[in-house]
Amino acid sequence: MITQLTVHALVEQFRRGAATPSAAARAYLDRIAAVDPSVRAYITVTPERALAAAAAADARWRAGRPLSPIDGVPIAVKDLLCTKGVRTTCGSRILEHFVPPYDATVIERLEAAGTVLLGKTNMDEFAMGSSTEHSAFFATRNPWDLARVPGGSSGGSGAAVAADLAAAALGSDTGGSIRQPAAFTGTVGLKPTYGRVSRYGLVAFASSLDQIGPFAKDVIDAALVLRVIAGRDPLDSTSADVPAPDFVAELGRPIEGLRLGVPQEYFVEGMDPEVEASVREAIEVLKRLGGRAEPISLPTTDYALAAYYLIAPAEASSNLARYDGVKYGSRAAGARDVIDMSSKTRAQGFGPEVKRRIMLGTYALSAGYYEAYYGKAQKVRTLVRRDFDAAFARVDVIVAPTTPNLPFKHGEKEDPLAMYLNDVLTIPVNLAGLPGVSVRCGFSLAGLPIGLQFIGRPFDEATLLRAAHAYEQATGWQTRRPPLP
Amino acid sequence: MGGRIETREVEQVARLARLELSAEEKERMREQLDRILGYIDKLRRLDTEGVPPTSHAVPMVNVMREDEPRPCLPPQEMLANAPDRSGDFFRVPRIIED
Repeated sequence: MITQLTVHALVEQFRRGAATPSAAARAYLDRIAAVDPSVRAYITVTPERALAAAAAADARWRAGRPLSPIDGVPIAVKDLLCTKGVRTTCGSRILEHFVPPYDATVIERLEAAGTVLLGKTNMDEFAMGSSTEHSAFFATRNPWDLARVPGGSSGGSGAAVAADLAAAALGSDTGGSIRQPAAFTGTVGLKPTYGRVSRYGLVAFASSLDQIGPFAKDVIDAALVLRVIAGRDPLDSTSADVPAPDFVAELGRPIEGLRLGVPQEYFVEGMDPEVEASVREAIEVLKRLGGRAEPISLPTTDYALAAYYLIAPAEASSNLARYDGVKYGSRAAGARDVIDMSSKTRAQGFGPEVKRRIMLGTYALSAGYYEAYYGKAQKVRTLVRRDFDAAFARVDVIVAPTTPNLPFKHGEKEDPLAMYLNDVLTIPVNLAGLPGVSVRCGFSLAGLPIGLQFIGRPFDEATLLRAAHAYEQATGWQTRRPPLP
Repeated sequence: MGGRIETREVEQVARLARLELSAEEKERMREQLDRILGYIDKLRRLDTEGVPPTSHAVPMVNVMREDEPRPCLPPQEMLANAPDRSGDFFRVPRIIED
């Protein structure tokens, strides 16, 4: 089946003339029609746009002039990336009918590379959540077990790639929102270095933490997509002027002698024994490949989550102030005045988790609490960064679990704090602005995927992906498929 | 442990955040914020004396560009998502009394 192919295998077929982008797009659209009613990865599917883009790609491949190494590849994007003329909801009622007048920079870059947009994927509202249950529209299901969550907030993108409903996808990661759903869906999920990818046109959650990155079926595919979306953008002043190397060319190099740090604090008390066993075994595999594993300490890890739940909500409370019912989004009826209009609009338009974070952030920033909460959290952020700086003086890459637990059941984590604790191993990377990737490293006895996390130095995605690729190639985990038609 | 945040504080923060909350929502919000702040209180145990704050992970200085005019979106496109409008204006409830 063409939908099971990796991006690089699919493109090889385009090159040889064994398949066309149009045939691939039709196969994916057919599969979405057949399978997505049970997975529910997509909020919006864009068949006309996809088929038109695919037909143009057909002509380029026929002429032997593809626009890029991923020309004609069918891709899904998280529904918080602005797409001109295509509804962008952010998983929220308040943006249910919002149609952006412009494309995000990553969308422009994907289109300039010739890729085919299949549609927009489901997410926790405004990217706040770890299960995609906080979408205002519906919950996405985990392709490996439909009774379980796919993780979040980019759960739709992870599920789409795992269920072969897209060849690759984009998500965003503020505290783990790419890596955690990648672990839960058994896909490769890469959060690039902060500043590696332009955030222009990404609906903002926490601007100092948000970063866009790919979901893929393997590490080569993630590297191919990263190459296209990376790079400086004049429209995002935080995008870094750092050259993007040919990440794919770097992958073939061996990892002999690579120094791998294993942080003791990431093997937390209460972690699932099946997760721990798989990750420990993965480290043995890396050692057999010539990696030199050594224990390291990241002592501030235990405090990172608490700092994050002040910093991210504080930034969110400011970013989400724009939803006031004036310029775009919904507006509540029957208001007495402008303030009443905004208060009612926001009460009706936001779900409970978004309200909770706005309240928490506003509280942390308010007079009398600013120093004790927000100021303190910013100092802890410095300590988290220093932990990593010290570690990377001794090791090249850090290896750890992506999550302490296996995918949980829908409705299992009703308590907000229990849901937050799920991100304990992904959040420090965002606070420090580092790149991180999750790859499949085994399955539980019940057949649920387990994620292995690699963390790298700033702008050293090349080494990060090389280690992840070497591991992936040495194991056979990628061949197993979810129990779907 | 509880009592970190009181109902009147919830009401004050909700006013600042422009969020209308029902009585039931206020009480649930108070309980949940109290529990979350209880967890966050662990930060007090960490000594941060003399540690500078970090607001951004990647150090950056001001990014400047040439001051050149560029096209912007036409008013019709900017207004297309407005919940209420009048000509080329966003319409809102009256702010200033007669």
